[in-house]
Amino acid sequence: MTNVPPTPPTSLPPTPPLPRTPPLPATPSPPATPSPPATPPLPPTQPAQRDELPPAAPVETGWKRSLAGSLAFVRRRMTGDYEVDDFGYDPDFTDHVVEPPLRLLYEKWFRIEALGLENIADTGGALLVANHSGTIAIDALMAAVAVREHHPQHRALRMLGADLIFQTPFLGPIIRKTGSTLACNPDAERLLSSGELVSVFPEGFKGVGKPYSQRYKLQRFGRGGFVTAALKTGVPIIPVSIVGAEEIYPLIGNIKPLARALGFPYFPVTPTFPLLGPLGAIPLPSKWIIEFGEPIPTDIYPEHAAEDPMVVFNLTDQVRETIQQTLYRLLLRRGHPFLG
Amino acid sequence: MTGLVVLVTGVTRFLGSALAGRLAEHPAVDRVIGVDAALPEPAARSRMGAADFARVDIRNPLVARVIEAAGVDTVVHASASSTPASSAARSMAKEMNVLGTMQLLAACQRSESVRNLIVRSTGAVYGASSRDPAVFTEEMSARSVPPSGTGRDAIDIEAYVRGFGRRRPDVRIAVPRLAEVIGPTVVTPLTRYFALSPAVPMVLGRDARLQLVHEMDAVGVLEHLALGEFSGTVNVAGDGAIMLAQAIHRAGRVPLPVPSVALDGLSRAVRTLRLGGFSPSQVKLLSAGRMLDTTRLRTEVGFHPRFSTIEAFDDFASMLRPAVAPATVRRLEVRIAGTLGAVAMPDGSAANRANLRAGSVDVIDALPDPYPHPVEAGDRPAGDEQPTGRPRLVGITGDAAGTPRRRRSR
Repeated sequence: MTNVPPTPPTSLPPTPPLPRTPPLPATPSPPATPSPPATPPLPPTQPAQRDELPPAAPVETGWKRSLAGSLAFVRRRMTGDYEVDDFGYDPDFTDHVVEPPLRLLYEKWFRIEALGLENIADTGGALLVANHSGTIAIDALMAAVAVREHHPQHRALRMLGADLIFQTPFLGPIIRKTGSTLACNPDAERLLSSGELVSVFPEGFKGVGKPYSQRYKLQRFGRGGFVTAALKTGVPIIPVSIVGAEEIYPLIGNIKPLARALGFPYFPVTPTFPLLGPLGAIPLPSKWIIEFGEPIPTDIYPEHAAEDPMVVFNLTDQVRETIQQTLYRLLLRRGHPFLG
Repeated sequence: MTGLVVLVTGVTRFLGSALAGRLAEHPAVDRVIGVDAALPEPAARSRMGAADFARVDIRNPLVARVIEAAGVDTVVHASASSTPASSAARSMAKEMNVLGTMQLLAACQRSESVRNLIVRSTGAVYGASSRDPAVFTEEMSARSVPPSGTGRDAIDIEAYVRGFGRRRPDVRIAVPRLAEVIGPTVVTPLTRYFALSPAVPMVLGRDARLQLVHEMDAVGVLEHLALGEFSGTVNVAGDGAIMLAQAIHRAGRVPLPVPSVALDGLSRAVRTLRLGGFSPSQVKLLSAGRMLDTTRLRTEVGFHPRFSTIEAFDDFASMLRPAVAPATVRRLEVRIAGTLGAVAMPDGSAANRANLRAGSVDVIDALPDPYPHPVEAGDRPAGDEQPTGRPRLVGITGDAAGTPRRRRSR
């Protein structure tokens, strides 16, 4: 089990912004297709003149299209020509910088199967409640990619994250740009009532940082704050079961003094980290299945149900049980954790 | 019913003077008295229009005599929670803000005539931290109370105003909490921050959401509250957010990421060199950001800001001479694409802006004003001239550094 993971460098998340080409998502266009330029390069004379008369939809293909897209993206960043919403969600940045490497990870590295996407409506708010695991919360990102890429409407999934994430320099702003916001009821209710898809991971750090021996055993679901948010806004709860994230960084130890000193909830020891240093950051290529379950309606309860602890706890348990049972079923279906 | 008699504080500053001028032209208003501790400069005086000026320091009990003598029934405390115009004024600002408000409230309490009190507050009362909700409603309070600065002062001021409300329940009190005010004329630490240099410092590894309110909207909402019926606290801000880095780019500047520890030092250094500067809470705002929920402003107050956050910022940024014009960036893009043998994608919505930014004064003159300021039916009389006509500002745009602000701040 402690074998060195196969590390084909090509499948690692690369950081250069690969341009996204919305009209042709299925085009198998690796950025470096060695196709010789069919059209001779245009003479770079008088570029300003050409600027004034934008060519009428020049249908570029392959790497040229990617290049033009990347350049246009850089130009938009340099001139501030983009929009963010009240929560800081920046679709332009997310689609061009964050998603491409995640998509590679999703398709090539974890070979993720997304089931039950039809349970997510085309419009309107819904609260996606998922199990949380994997030492580093990649599962949250993968669930977002599943909805963004494979749902017919390509909806954005707004994640709720711990305050620790947003305090962290560099990480915090990027996570905010991807549409996440602080896991608190005001933010959740604001997003849900404006018709957004919101994902929440009620296990929190207890789930992400649990030892490998406890894999696929759901932790406590907090105080059910997510249920009150759904009840108050009347949106359905969609239980999401993620199988595969437990194996990416099997947590076999936790250096508590170091975690305390650094202010982390835990300091992970995995078969490859910190033993192999930075190489330990490479996730093991487990086989994933994400299942979006049947929506659980919340608008059937009386008006002040959100203040009724009985209703809240019952709903919390129902969601938790659904996810737990689905996890067991999906585990059987998957078979071998890595060969799937 | 006779018209209102309005007292406006802080008329040496943009907000107070523009508000005084605007109210003076309103048919429901008989008389406007602008007060301040110093004489208004010619520009502010001309904005005040038909309003009277009384040189009274609001920290002096003399202000009570003014209120009594004129029979003032509406007091608009526009200088409360205003950000200091110059860095040297920062130490003064606290005294003016807090003590001035206390004296003014004391004067109002003794007065028989005062019926309406509008006290300007600021969104800084919510603080700004990464542990706060993304959007603040009026019911929320700061999780991290700012230890000093405008936000702290504003929290104190609001507490005094609530105390006043308990002692004088017959007075209608409205407390607008304004987001950062921005525009071509107004001078705040934020405008100076963007105007400071071609490279604008920002906290390394942070990028905050900013929410702005245009100076004309700020004047408009104070006027609306002074003449309206609303009582209570209300957030005032333009729609939407702008990221700090985005704003810096839109202003044609280059962001200069500085580690947050060094930013405090830099701010101090800049202040010692008397180049301007920003307060520590400003620095914090620039690393955490905050948004205000403006539902109450729209539904209960019935005021709709004409400028969104981005429009307000662009209106301000058109004053600055860009270090990197969008047209330059576009040319570079086309050249790189051409060199590599591809055709650059057409430049979509930014084209207009690029021309505008790169162009001369003539270009700006030729563009129609997309946001003509007045007039809503029944809201204001027809022919209500805005005190600071935008055409006048356009002339300034061509100036080298676009800095009447810097001269004024001295």
